[in-house]
Amino acid sequence: MEKDQIIPDFRVVIIGGSAGSLNALMQILPHLCAIKSFAIVIVLHRKSTDEQTLEELIALKTIINVKPVEDKVPFLPGFIYIAPSNYHLLFEKNSTLSLDTSEKINYSRPSIDVSFESAAEIYKNNLTGILLSGSNADGTEGLKAIKNEGGTIIVQDPKSADMPFMPNSAIQNTIPDYVLNIQEILQFILSIDN
Amino acid sequence: MIEDIELETLINEVYEYYGFDFGSYSRASLKRRVNRIYQLDGFAYFYEFLSKIRYDPEYYKHVVDEITVNVTEMFRDPSFYSVVRNQILPLLGTKPFIRLWHAGCSTGEEVYSMAILLKEAGLLHKSLIYATDINAKVLETAKKGIFPLRMMKEYSENYRDSGGKEDFSNYYTANYGIAKFDEELAQKMVFSQHNLVSDNSFNEFDVIFCRNVLIYFDNDLQKRAINLFDESLSVLGFLALGTKETIKYSIAPGKYKQLDREKIWRKIR
Ligand SMILES: C[S@@+](CC[C@H](N)C(=O)[O-])C[C@H]1O[C@@H](n2cnc3c(N)ncnc32)[C@H](O)[C@@H]1O
Repeated sequence: MEKDQIIPDFRVVIIGGSAGSLNALMQILPHLCAIKSFAIVIVLHRKSTDEQTLEELIALKTIINVKPVEDKVPFLPGFIYIAPSNYHLLFEKNSTLSLDTSEKINYSRPSIDVSFESAAEIYKNNLTGILLSGSNADGTEGLKAIKNEGGTIIVQDPKSADMPFMPNSAIQNTIPDYVLNIQEILQFILSIDN
Repeated sequence: MIEDIELETLINEVYEYYGFDFGSYSRASLKRRVNRIYQLDGFAYFYEFLSKIRYDPEYYKHVVDEITVNVTEMFRDPSFYSVVRNQILPLLGTKPFIRLWHAGCSTGEEVYSMAILLKEAGLLHKSLIYATDINAKVLETAKKGIFPLRMMKEYSENYRDSGGKEDFSNYYTANYGIAKFDEELAQKMVFSQHNLVSDNSFNEFDVIFCRNVLIYFDNDLQKRAINLFDESLSVLGFLALGTKETIKYSIAPGKYKQLDREKIWRKIR
């Protein structure tokens, strides 16, 4: 049988995005102070060459500790985790993260769908998925999975997105709990600890 | 979609019937892979899938081949190859004979990349490169040294970024969508099946590569594999892992020294 595993019991906010989403994040992250009861995971489409830069860029914009993601790192509340380029990011039951180099999904690795689906299976109603700007349909299937498992799904208001395609795809194919502009997304995240 | 409990049943049955133990593979990825085959092969009921695996050894082989993730590239992570070229090969050059092992070599792109580096350093003639995998199908491809021609643009860019100065296209012959690499590169390669879950050390090496294989294993199996590499590595030999992998959780600190920021460790005692 499977080894003893404790199902982790804390909240997780997972944010996915593609073109234009970094811009949105840069308006959200600087306003977050310490997060206590939850972890934030960021899955962005990125060029396989800009290795460290995304982590560095994000770390500059937030006072929250950004944990570099390596295979099997402990996954804990209070930190931001960023999916590394060229790997899919997966969640394990024993509160670690694992990586996978399998085929691209929606032309992307990391794929937002892959991480959303994997997180949904484990964090169920403790999970909030947020889908930002982008020009591809990645993320829609993942949001469905989060919803199915009892989680909360939020889509950036396409009117406030640099690239509305990705949020539009989600709105057309899922029933988001909230459609929010950047300011409102920030307020939502701020409210989690309270 | 299969359930967690079904996945565990499958793992147990495969072990019982075929002796292969997937029990220490990372569950998140394993589950995705199994679901993928289940769906691709059009099963509607888990017990049908299970009994096909049980009673049809050919189908079982197919399942193992499909569960393993074989995605690979030539000169993947150019900065890694540049460190191998500039810092490791000069140290190996002084040896009369060089033994290398690629564990989990998949279709061989990494092995041919290494042979190119050795050739350019004038070391290929005195090297022997063992390349192993559990997947028999990928080993067949690796032996042939035939890769898709459409990948060559990317590979030659990787090659150049890693410090390669030659014309990359000199290393292969292009033909109907395929690139066949020079036989000369393959002369020093030995391919064979080897399972990191259950097989033992089979030689002593100066360099061991095991890149993007450990990510599919849980911590215990990673430990086993790294100990196997430790046993198979000569003192002052090098162990190279994938860019997001580490020996940190598996081996006593002080025994190995890491090179720069790369995932390369030197055995110092
Ligand atoms: C993603 S590929 C890595 C290829 C190459 N090293 C690279 O980094 O590009 C992983 C390989 O590990 C092999 N593998 C998986 N489990 C294994 C095991 N127990 N023993 C040996 N090889 C295994 C798979 O068959 C697959 O070819």
